[in-house]
Amino acid sequence: MTTPIGLEQLQELTHRGAQVVEVLGKDDYAPVHLPGAVNLPLRELDEQRAAVLDRGRPVVVYCWDSL
Amino acid sequence: MPGKVDWLAHGLSVEGERTEAPIAGRAMRDDAARCRPTDRISDVWESIERSPYPFALVTSEDGTLLGRAPSSVLDPASDRPVWDVAEPGPKTFRPHVSAEKVAGILADLELRWAIITTPEGRFLGVAARADLERLR
Repeated sequence: MTTPIGLEQLQELTHRGAQVVEVLGKDDYAPVHLPGAVNLPLRELDEQRAAVLDRGRPVVVYCWDSL
Repeated sequence: MPGKVDWLAHGLSVEGERTEAPIAGRAMRDDAARCRPTDRISDVWESIERSPYPFALVTSEDGTLLGRAPSSVLDPASDRPVWDVAEPGPKTFRPHVSAEKVAGILADLELRWAIITTPEGRFLGVAARADLERLR
């Protein structure tokens, strides 16, 4: 299930151990990204790459204009 | 909808290879007048009058930037659709490009504002050259 959230909720969730994923390409991720975010580009996302995520914790996914 | 650009615009902490080099997204503001291609020129002209910029940005329903409608080409009394006079496909920049680079390109082109979009063309905001120059 996915739920759009705002910046305050993002900060709350990360303080509670949520995983943060940037789905933009490497060129967007490498220069600057949110603290602790891992890069899983949407175009390359598959089950194997998503396996780096802990299924037991919330996941916050973001791009340029949505969380 | 909030995203990475909002995080940057709020000056929150970031990580990465170029955290010291200010990027264009940090100077971006989301206060430009927006309209749809079918909006009446007179309505668009009024919205520009209430905005900080002498233009409106024409977007599709999903926020994709289609064109730019400068007030200089708008007749405040016209009922025609704005797309009749808008400039399609304006120059755009990505938010992760360095503020210095964008400011330099704007200066070369004698432009005062950078229109920022995602790589897919979704409109994100406008960055003033003066703000970009202050960041670098």
